[in-house]
Amino acid sequence: MASTIRVRATNNGDTTEVQALIQHPMDSGFVKDAKGELIPAHFIQQLSFEYDGKPVFLADWGGGISKDPYVKFAFKGGKKGDELKVSWIDNKGATDSTTAKIG
Amino acid sequence: MNITRNKLSRRVILQGAGAVALVGLGNASFGLPALAAANDKYPEEAFKQKSDTEAIKALYGKTAEASDKIKLDAPEIAENGAVVPVSVTTTLADVTSISFLVSDNPNVLIASYKLPAGTVPAIANRIKMAKTSKVTVLVEAGGKLYKTDKEVKVTVGGCGG
Repeated sequence: MASTIRVRATNNGDTTEVQALIQHPMDSGFVKDAKGELIPAHFIQQLSFEYDGKPVFLADWGGGISKDPYVKFAFKGGKKGDELKVSWIDNKGATDSTTAKIG
Repeated sequence: MNITRNKLSRRVILQGAGAVALVGLGNASFGLPALAAANDKYPEEAFKQKSDTEAIKALYGKTAEASDKIKLDAPEIAENGAVVPVSVTTTLADVTSISFLVSDNPNVLIASYKLPAGTVPAIANRIKMAKTSKVTVLVEAGGKLYKTDKEVKVTVGGCGG
């Protein structure tokens, strides 16, 4: 199955910039469907980015993050061709993970 | 009743997932060992708080002082409350954590980020806003907590209201 995670990591000398776009409903649990029933909360709770075996960015998210979440950050280090690992886990215990090459 | 059942099974699943990671059978591909190793318990209580003060207390256990060294970028008027791009940069040193609050959302804490040493204290993300509200960004730097905020007007609410 294709990953839900799309990552672009670009190295500019001493810094690597990372953008990630993830497919996920990020249902907050506050919205009602057409029948007037609450759509249960279903959102990514933790997202991690790892380079060289160490975390470079960790996100704790709630249902207030937009659907199909996007995040951008940067870290010092990283080399073209090296790998960045991205993983998430949601409130239902589902997970996904991918690795991306730094360009 | 429905909600209780979901909460219970979610807790069971999370405990199960946690147990797997701890035992170290940890499917490394899931990255769960990384999360466990970094000692990051998900701040569930903080994400349930209904006021800025309570959320900050639950998350950091200290109060924040205003800082002019934090630049919070958010639109003056958000056309679509479901997707409001908000970003932050700061010149504060030794930043370890950055979090976002929306005062008038049903749960005020939106996101909390942990920045290991070497990560640049600049983050861009997209958040939901139920209605016009103050947006606050918290920056934990050098062991102290700082903040700045901005009022963002919302024309169409983003919480399905």
